[in-house]
Amino acid sequence: MITDKLTVTHQFLEELAQHAGKAHFMPSDEIGQALQCLETQGIPNSKNESYKYCNIEAILRKNFKTISGKEQVVSFSEIKKQYAVQEAYNLFIVNGHICTDELEVSSAIKASPIQEISKEISAAHLAQYAKSNTDPMIALNAAYADRGFFLRISQTLDKPLIIHHINSLEGNLFFNTRNLFVIEKNTEAQITEFYYSSNENSFRNTVTEIFVDTQAHIQHVIAQNTGAHNYLFANTQVHQEKQSTYTNHTYTFSGALVRNNLKLDLNGEYTESHLYGLFITQQQQLVDNHTEVNHLKPNGQSNELYKGVVAEKSTAVFNGRIFVERHAQKTNAYQSSKNILLSNDAVVNAKPELEIYANDVKCSHGTSTGKVDENALFYLKARGIGEENARKLLLHAFAYEILEKLPTPFTKEKISTWVDEVLR
Amino acid sequence: MLSIKNLRAEINGKEILKGINLNVKAGEVHAIMGPNGSGKSTLSAVLAGREEYNVTAGDVLFNEKNLLELAPEDRAREGIFLAFQYPIEIPGVSNINFLRTALNEIRHYHGLPDIEAKDFLALVKEKQKLVELDSKLANRSVNEGFSGGEKKRNEIFQMAMLEPKLSILDETDSGLDIDALRIVASGVNKLKTKNNATIVITHYQRLLDYIVPDFVHILYNGQIVKSGGKELALEMEEKGYDEIKKQAV
Repeated sequence: MITDKLTVTHQFLEELAQHAGKAHFMPSDEIGQALQCLETQGIPNSKNESYKYCNIEAILRKNFKTISGKEQVVSFSEIKKQYAVQEAYNLFIVNGHICTDELEVSSAIKASPIQEISKEISAAHLAQYAKSNTDPMIALNAAYADRGFFLRISQTLDKPLIIHHINSLEGNLFFNTRNLFVIEKNTEAQITEFYYSSNENSFRNTVTEIFVDTQAHIQHVIAQNTGAHNYLFANTQVHQEKQSTYTNHTYTFSGALVRNNLKLDLNGEYTESHLYGLFITQQQQLVDNHTEVNHLKPNGQSNELYKGVVAEKSTAVFNGRIFVERHAQKTNAYQSSKNILLSNDAVVNAKPELEIYANDVKCSHGTSTGKVDENALFYLKARGIGEENARKLLLHAFAYEILEKLPTPFTKEKISTWVDEVLR
Repeated sequence: MLSIKNLRAEINGKEILKGINLNVKAGEVHAIMGPNGSGKSTLSAVLAGREEYNVTAGDVLFNEKNLLELAPEDRAREGIFLAFQYPIEIPGVSNINFLRTALNEIRHYHGLPDIEAKDFLALVKEKQKLVELDSKLANRSVNEGFSGGEKKRNEIFQMAMLEPKLSILDETDSGLDIDALRIVASGVNKLKTKNNATIVITHYQRLLDYIVPDFVHILYNGQIVKSGGKELALEMEEKGYDEIKKQAV
């Protein structure tokens, strides 16, 4: 079997080598190490524990045996007209490439193509938080990412920053994007990333490394609505310094496959982290959320709540890992996942994992999967509300607990519309 | 308005209602009293259309329609309102949104268009005042974080908004202090007209000091064993249910 897997890997890498770019901005020893990791581990399939329900190898073998296609040219002014949000700073990323007429979005925000980062930034941050040896998909990205952007927030933002991810690919493409966010000391920012839908059959393997410096406070929203034929692998690896706050909101509405790997390293004392997730899946979708919170220093706090509505023949995975290092005393870590199944063919696999080596900590986790509450349904019906509207109201109520955590009114409104659309 | 004939119902194979007969006319207030486990709440659940209960025999006519054939939402649209003993909390759905949805669905059923926004708001204001409900509560999520008394008051507010023909108050007095009880009862009394009717289900006579019934029925072991005027409630309060239990044996 191992040879088979490696054969698939080799064939795929050959295809990539011919049709995809290379991560020229990566230090060459990093690329070498990445290729070596791929060589030994291969592209993950269901035999890898953390890819049990998410067989990437099979997807690539089936849908991306050949990679061909092109990027449609899009007009920047059109994009701006369609997506720009008045009350925010806007950054447009088309097929992973930064697309803007001015790279200084504001004096507090610097954005540039990842290829143009300085040696200092590269040495300090690149491939420091997302390590090739931890995951073959990260290795694949380190070797083949040929696009992406660097974002630096150096002062507190007076408006939220919205990053619009637009896909204008045609054909059958697999591409790797590599992003790096550096959030400097004592800053506050709200960053929202919207992934818009497209009809194409593409596979995007994204790695975003985020460095949150001392006393920085960040709200980071990732909302994915990529369309029924798209495959999205989103690897978000966060490194927090002391007394910082990082709050992640991950929303997944559509996509043939969406895999979110969210890893937080709480690498300073008194850090605070919040992880909120909502996924609504249907048809034959697979949405796989893997989160990992690593408490590495004392007095850290993390709080996680993921909710899912799983319909039709779709499958959802929630795998939440909390790790508390031996020295990370006085850690508070909470985790909860709640799911509603809307059909007999829908499947949820929810798995909390706790690994605790410190003795003075408070940790808890809980998971539940069920159907719409019959008592609540009857209550609504007894007021004259029909089955369909009653269910819809209750699903909205279920989603609301996550939605209400969203930081900015525009983001809340936009994501609520997506919730409405998908629950319709 | 409502005519129940020989109604029998069971849950999980256990018969709870064993032949109920009851007639309610417009303008009347009926009280149904009885000890715990006599079938009071089952009767209200069966009338509202709770699916867990199995009706095994009998007929229920509501304004000439066969009630038992209707889905719960259609019963509500026809004008039946059940004030729940334990109102459900629905976080994330505002009371106002919930009531607008309900009111519009009822209107659609009767061939009417959606209510105009300003008419709806005026209605909310008027009814809120009638049942002395804090406007803050009306704007909150349905029953979320409400005290026991606030929940019951919210039930009466919903009743005021939906203007049912027949209201069934299921143990509305349970868990209420005397002030809350008075407010709830006064709301019910204000909503009373010659065209609507009320069934008050209660264990204690206390509520009937405030909502004065025209008829009192004693339910025991799934049957109405005694009926009378409002004095029957006082009699029960004095003597307790023991005599009824003895007679039944």
